[in-house]
Amino acid sequence: MCLGIPGRIVAVADADAMLCVVDVSGVRRTVDVVCVAPPGEPLEALVGAWVLVHVGFAMSIIDEEEAAATLKVLTEIGEAEAEMEALRTGSIEPVPAPAR
Amino acid sequence: MRFVDEFRDPALAKTLVKEIEAISARLERGRDKPFAIMEVCGGHTHAIFRYGLEGLLPDLVEFVHGPGCPVCVLPMGRVDDCVAIAEREEVIFATFGDAMRVPGSKKSLLQAKAEGADVRMVYSPLDALTLAKRNPDRQVVFFGLGFETTMPSTALTVLRAAREKVENFSLFCNHITIIPTLRALLSQEDFGIDGFIGPGHVSMVIGTTPYRFIAEEFKKPLVVAGFEPIDLLQSLLMVLRQIEAGQARIENQYARVVPVEGNPAALKAVNEVYEPRATFEWRGLGSIAGSGVRLREAYGAFDAERRFAVPDMKVADPAQCRCGEVLTGAAKPWACPEFGKGCNPETPLGALMVSSEGACAAYYQYGGLRGEAA
Repeated sequence: MCLGIPGRIVAVADADAMLCVVDVSGVRRTVDVVCVAPPGEPLEALVGAWVLVHVGFAMSIIDEEEAAATLKVLTEIGEAEAEMEALRTGSIEPVPAPAR
Repeated sequence: MRFVDEFRDPALAKTLVKEIEAISARLERGRDKPFAIMEVCGGHTHAIFRYGLEGLLPDLVEFVHGPGCPVCVLPMGRVDDCVAIAEREEVIFATFGDAMRVPGSKKSLLQAKAEGADVRMVYSPLDALTLAKRNPDRQVVFFGLGFETTMPSTALTVLRAAREKVENFSLFCNHITIIPTLRALLSQEDFGIDGFIGPGHVSMVIGTTPYRFIAEEFKKPLVVAGFEPIDLLQSLLMVLRQIEAGQARIENQYARVVPVEGNPAALKAVNEVYEPRATFEWRGLGSIAGSGVRLREAYGAFDAERRFAVPDMKVADPAQCRCGEVLTGAAKPWACPEFGKGCNPETPLGALMVSSEGACAAYYQYGGLRGEAA
């Protein structure tokens, strides 16, 4: 019930009725865009935007920078972990002092 | 799929599980019971089972499945009201698919349909509005249910019906709100939850500030989460980090979809169309003050409750069911004597067995009868 699915707005269907066409993995459907329409701008500004679609309504414009930032934090955890792993498994033998 | 596949990456999941194990090993000392982290939203419950996340966690951490499945908390009397409306000669009753099999005291909507009632499953309330326009000689009633996630869609549909003067459309409003419910849960004396995974799509509408009381008054951490496995694991890690640091804050893991302030256009539509009810009854939880909404007088013409007399009877759940305890995390589904026996997805007794977002259905489908495989 509360799930949504990401889709991309590909066209304005009816600007007066606040309806756009959204493409969700190749399936196209008309959705209501009242909740994501930029105030004072034509709906064409939405074309190309990724939105979260829930029961026929675009409910949020997906923030690509935030998505990238979340993934970056995760990748960094991975990097730190790899670093720790290397630290644990690596062995640097002290070089014995040359015999006189 | 964009914004989905990245958040299902198995390598990232493995990294997160290792971090969760590490933090859990540090927290283990002096702890005699697991940390109970409640995911409030039924969509999260479904995702946790679908991706087998419980099986990945150390013994010290457990998910407790909260009351956030709107189908599951709908009282039996309201289902009876739906059936009464749907069985009227002039009515086309449109509903989301989830609600079709919820048992009423005598029958479900699916059974009413089999007996001849005109019940239609739709994807969107806008589809119900289209049905009304195409069938001007019939009364089309949409079954509005769900938390704040779904509320804007029905509010905007009512506003559209008013604007387009679709007079044969009405809404049977059963919407509920999450904040009074969380407060009621937290105020229970024996509520043993250590932190929350906050509902992602409710927060997309209401934002993150309404949860502040959970940190400030009740000193519990809450992290708003997305619905992919990486989202849930990362959010769990964020909750555990707060616990380790002795903090209680509201954090937002799902910032790609959830702005701090929520969605102003959606909130405006909701406030325009709905007003709080004094109280609303929840299945398994009883009445919770201020937790339901109804249509304002100005939109009374679109209110199915005002248009059709509904029986509005309170009907008690079967005595042997333990839905309420499961909903509040006090009992696991398999502790119920009916689980997997009298109550199963084919013939559910309680609503938690109906919806794929219900804890009992999830355990039944993915976790085995005793949950040992979960």
